[in-house]
Amino acid sequence: MFRSALRALALLGAMAAGPAVAPALAQDHAHEAEELPHTHFHFAGLFGTVDRSAAQRGFQVYKEVCSACHSMRLLSYRNLLELGLSDAEVRAIAATVTVNDGPNDEGQMFERPGRLSDHFRSPFANDQAARAALNGALPPDLSVITKAREEGPQYVHALLTGYSDPPPGMTMGGGMNYNRYFPGNQIAMTPPLREEGQVEYADGTKATVEQMAFDVVNFLQWAAEPEMEARKRMGVKWVLFLVILGGLAYATKRKIWANVPH
Amino acid sequence: MSIGLHNSAFKNPVIRWVDSRLPIFSMMQNEYGSFPTPKNFNYFWNFGALAMINLMIMIATGIFLAMHYTPHVTMAFDSVERIMRDVNYGWLFRYVHANGASMFFIVVYIHIWRGMYYGSYKAPRELLWMIGVVIFLLMMATAFMGYVLPWGQMSFWGATVITNLFSAFPVVGDSIVTLLWGGFSVDNPTLNRFFSLHYLLPFVIFGVVFLHVAALHITGSNNPLGIDPKGPQDTVPFHPYYTAKDSVGMVVYFIVFASLVFFAPNLLGDPANYIPANPLVTPTHIVPEWYFLPYYAILRAVPDKLGGVLLMFGSILVWFILPWLDTSPVRSMRFRPIAKWFLLLWGIAFGTLMYCGGKPPEGIYVVLSRVATLYYFAWFLVILPVLGRLERPLPLPESIAKPVLRGGGPLPAGAMTKPMEKA
Repeated sequence: MFRSALRALALLGAMAAGPAVAPALAQDHAHEAEELPHTHFHFAGLFGTVDRSAAQRGFQVYKEVCSACHSMRLLSYRNLLELGLSDAEVRAIAATVTVNDGPNDEGQMFERPGRLSDHFRSPFANDQAARAALNGALPPDLSVITKAREEGPQYVHALLTGYSDPPPGMTMGGGMNYNRYFPGNQIAMTPPLREEGQVEYADGTKATVEQMAFDVVNFLQWAAEPEMEARKRMGVKWVLFLVILGGLAYATKRKIWANVPH
Repeated sequence: MSIGLHNSAFKNPVIRWVDSRLPIFSMMQNEYGSFPTPKNFNYFWNFGALAMINLMIMIATGIFLAMHYTPHVTMAFDSVERIMRDVNYGWLFRYVHANGASMFFIVVYIHIWRGMYYGSYKAPRELLWMIGVVIFLLMMATAFMGYVLPWGQMSFWGATVITNLFSAFPVVGDSIVTLLWGGFSVDNPTLNRFFSLHYLLPFVIFGVVFLHVAALHITGSNNPLGIDPKGPQDTVPFHPYYTAKDSVGMVVYFIVFASLVFFAPNLLGDPANYIPANPLVTPTHIVPEWYFLPYYAILRAVPDKLGGVLLMFGSILVWFILPWLDTSPVRSMRFRPIAKWFLLLWGIAFGTLMYCGGKPPEGIYVVLSRVATLYYFAWFLVILPVLGRLERPLPLPESIAKPVLRGGGPLPAGAMTKPMEKA
């Protein structure tokens, strides 16, 4: 009797825990901002690779639009070679910026054109300079931005295309912009991708806002995980090797244990 | 053999020469070669060996990471990213090390659960179990300090929250916190000492693991039936039988490990740790890594700070006295029809705490955390001691070699103290 009572108690406990978790999950979603729309990217999935033409266009968007405020200080110009740009192209891109170097033999600092080995030049000398120029807002560095946000690529894509007029009745802070996907819906960044043709793609792709957002996400994802293709390739080899090794190990184990009654 | 030399059984003259003077080959042969091991292990018994492998992987990758890492608040984050981008295979080493921590906890949690389910903590293995708890505490400290090193937002704020817990202790609390920080806030001295200790502790763990294995080889392994081997018919030599079986588990473990490292390296991490640490910006939700969530939930389930801290530490310290809290003479839950379900429920409570620890401390999560915390401790402090005296275990098999029961074997003494009708 005691035993069956205990068992009933245990079952009751297990059942009570089950449904209690379900509403908790539902409540959690109610708190979040609008659900992110899902865009398919070429880099997604186990075998996904970098869409180089999209990423190259995305670099152009970064260079001509984003880099006015956002740094990418962890990248170097030489990294662009991995994106499929030619050596001459990358050297030309690097040479467009001016870099402070020195001290030279006379102890003087001097300016020179950028080189392959230089890090991407940051638009502001420091955070304070950025805030002073941008109404107090600090634009985050974009080097690893897709890794630094939940569902990074989807989030960045949604954010760039999520601007609209605020819903009636909503009071916006001074200099703030309404964005459906930004936590709290008020973002200091003005809509960066405003109109079709804001950048002129060399490959003739029509530069719609959607296209530019898509391209720049491809670029940012590559910038955040430049090792992705090598990593996935190595992963496929490892897993295939391990599956075969596992089969052999299991067969060996079966053979060794065959004469043990157990 | 002359006096003073070990009588070696090895034939190879070089090995024999060494072994006669320093019998390490004999020791390896005795402990890992011919060591008599119960022949009825299931795959749960793989996880001790897996934990050992995991420790070695962590030390190996960690040594290489330390060659490229810079423990300074202005450079730590960038040096980690430099490892990811510019060091040859740096991304591989870092992802193996970061995911290796998660794998280590997965493996060790299963290892601990195995011990709980099959009663591996009971006499004569109490000290073996307690040394294991020491290893787990050292692992927690090491993992915590390692997570601080990349100096991201969660590194910084996790360190701030966890070190601040010690301020709850009366009188000495604030001094302890100052000592941990090396100053008056989490800053460069904190990062430096954490790096130093993070490098040191794994070797301490290695030493304690050696004691764990040494103690194991005195008592011998437990087994799924929880009964002692009665003779050679119940055991097999460790090699080749369990080296072969452990190899199978090892490959499966590597497949899981590789899947994480190569295809979802950031799945178990927090995106906020890719934002450089900023003492002026507090993240919306400060959460520790997944393996600490159950204790974090216990901490937050208690309205009183000191109470929460004590209960949190108590939730692991109580494992030390587990061998004496469990009053049942039967080891394996296979033969404990009631306790089995209560232990399963404890596992659910642990899972519930892990889930709640990752959620904001409000509403239903607080209620769930409190219920689960209550049951967590009730299992150890009330149910286990009482149930051992009341429960009537199933008849134990006569021996490992003869597990098939014919009308039931002898009941252990103590199980008969309170006979009940068979339900």
